[in-house]
Amino acid sequence: MGPGGIAAGGKEVLGSFREHLLKAGIFAKLKEKCSSHQVGCLGLCARDVLVEVHINRNKTVYQYVKPDMVERIVSEHISGGKPVEEWLADDTFKTFYGKQMKIVLADCGKVDPEDINSYIYSGGYEPTREVLTSWIPDDVIDEIKTSGLRGRGGAGFPTGLKWELARRSKSEIKYIICNADEGDPGAFMDRAVIEGNPHSVIEGMIIGAFAIGSNKGYVYIRAEYPLAVERLKIALKQAYERRFLGKNIFNTSFSFDIDIKLGAGAFVCGEETALIASIEGQRGMPRPKPPFPISKGLWQRPTVINNVETLANIPYIIRKGAGWYSSFGTEKSKGTKVFALTGKIRNTGLIEVPMGISLREIIYEIGGGIEGGKALKAVQTGGPSGGCIPASMLDLNVDYESLAKAGSIVGSGGMIVLDEDNCMVNMAKYFIQFTQAESCGKCVPCRVGTKRLLEILERITKGQGRDGDIERLERLCNGVKNTSLCGLGQTAPNPILSTIRYFREEYETHIRDKKCPAKVCKDLLIYSIIEEKCKGCGTCMKACPSGAITGDKKKPHKIDPNKCIRCGACFDVCKFKSVGRD
Amino acid sequence: MNDILLNIIEKYRKKNGNIIFLLQETQEALGYIPKQAIDLFSEELNIAPSRIYGVATFYSQFRLKPTGKNIIVACCGTACHVKGAEKIINGLRKGLELAEDEDTTPDGEFTLEEIACLGTCSFAPVVLVNSAVYGKANINALLKKIGSKRKKSA
Repeated sequence: MGPGGIAAGGKEVLGSFREHLLKAGIFAKLKEKCSSHQVGCLGLCARDVLVEVHINRNKTVYQYVKPDMVERIVSEHISGGKPVEEWLADDTFKTFYGKQMKIVLADCGKVDPEDINSYIYSGGYEPTREVLTSWIPDDVIDEIKTSGLRGRGGAGFPTGLKWELARRSKSEIKYIICNADEGDPGAFMDRAVIEGNPHSVIEGMIIGAFAIGSNKGYVYIRAEYPLAVERLKIALKQAYERRFLGKNIFNTSFSFDIDIKLGAGAFVCGEETALIASIEGQRGMPRPKPPFPISKGLWQRPTVINNVETLANIPYIIRKGAGWYSSFGTEKSKGTKVFALTGKIRNTGLIEVPMGISLREIIYEIGGGIEGGKALKAVQTGGPSGGCIPASMLDLNVDYESLAKAGSIVGSGGMIVLDEDNCMVNMAKYFIQFTQAESCGKCVPCRVGTKRLLEILERITKGQGRDGDIERLERLCNGVKNTSLCGLGQTAPNPILSTIRYFREEYETHIRDKKCPAKVCKDLLIYSIIEEKCKGCGTCMKACPSGAITGDKKKPHKIDPNKCIRCGACFDVCKFKSVGRD
Repeated sequence: MNDILLNIIEKYRKKNGNIIFLLQETQEALGYIPKQAIDLFSEELNIAPSRIYGVATFYSQFRLKPTGKNIIVACCGTACHVKGAEKIINGLRKGLELAEDEDTTPDGEFTLEEIACLGTCSFAPVVLVNSAVYGKANINALLKKIGSKRKKSA
């Protein structure tokens, strides 16, 4: 029951299960053996609502479950022992999970996120107990360093090293912050982790705090994620009740508290110094580094900021060992990474794969290929700070180094699949529009530069592109990249640079021929009626908001290009495909 | 309203709060941040109004104007964008007859908000109408839904 599942009616389905199970008397009869509970995101969002039925360790999965289907599942399968064949999840399900390697998401979908016992039962808080009672902080740092874990927020800084530097910073007060301000459009990994398994993040924070010598932590989380905030609050309350948080945890001398700080909606607050300013109640504007937060952070004290997914990895590394963790992935990128696979892909969802897997495996095996049999054009990774990787580079390995070489980044984990109907100039414009609006305005290159970049792209998509625009874009991009104060400005030009690098022709067609090959940029489209196909039904005439279409009944209609505002309404309503656009 | 605001100030003092806390509490209680609140906070807490405005206008969460009775949130995340969010938003603006630079209808019935990402990308394009999720949104069906809400309240 992640956000997608709830949107698809997950709550109603769960309610219906409880009702019918109760009716069948199963709740009472088999109480010790049988239970129905909610879990976090199961991953394959495209098939929501998903329901797993476990009987004597045999797992059966149903897809697209609706409340009215529950009665039959209960009576035939749970009481009768015979699964309802036609509703079972198909083979897609097997291929979707086959290539995945779940560490962070392993317990998402197994434990009930609102019940700490469920997490403890699956081995939770055992790593914390072990670390607090029998390890010294340097052991933890060594273990994390050996595991090769790198920051999952995007930049990929080695986590163990960050902790070591913070440990060496001399101060009586230190802070650890969990960055859950997931601002990338098209990314929902952190949200899924907190909603599916909040205790793993809390455990990661406790262990991290112990390692660096901190007694106070904050979770900085977006106010736009109400379910995640709610589940985190419940989880914190339960952890306090069990005394995993508070004074003298596990009867040791170590005490640790966690508070929630709600982000108020600003993309730039994903940047460390801006996030700190925001927690302090200021405008979230970055400041120059050094000093780095590990020496002077929140309220001028040493502060470690870790991403949600990074922290969620920690208890599993402690539980199974650094050697086990580093056996996954590539030489420099260890472990797994969670991605939000979306866009024009069949199996939209949340996936976790070992670092170094190829894009081809992700898209064609896990993702099931492109929707509607269209051709793959590119894959966008890293959101507004990342870039587009063309279909020709599908065999590229997904790890920090390879993606950087290709002009993109791993980023926080958004992976948006684009097909032939997507215009790359429009994509670049979309992202720069976003970063321009989210630029905090402190430094000139970012504030003014992104605006000028946007203006040039707007001109190009409106058919007013000029010779030399591509070079102008490149020059300005490099300027913004090299001189901006923080990561937002330094990476904002990436979507433009990578699309120019791989799709230069598409830019040229926009500029010279004033055409959009993907037929997205509406100012470059010309609508006309194909006379042979037109039945003269008048539907388009009614739909046209500007009165540009004329014609007699049952005779081919005409579009007046001077009156046409290129909204595409006629194209959308015509049942006979007689409206052409070029 | 004054009592509510004084209460928030009290909480602020007790909790050692900050400006964001003040504004979040105010918006939670009143639905937006009226000028009156900023003036009062400034006077009571000795913070320059410009500093409070600075914070209030920096973050997208804060509103300085009241919202309509019904709130429609259109997602413009990347997944929604590639699946046609722009068309939905333009259609909604036209259907609601929103003036340029305005997000609330003159009769105070509807507010249209755009959000960077709702995280339900599998249902792109996504629109929320009073927190109910409309996935794989279709502009005509949406406008019908909105039209019926309008009739009900008329």
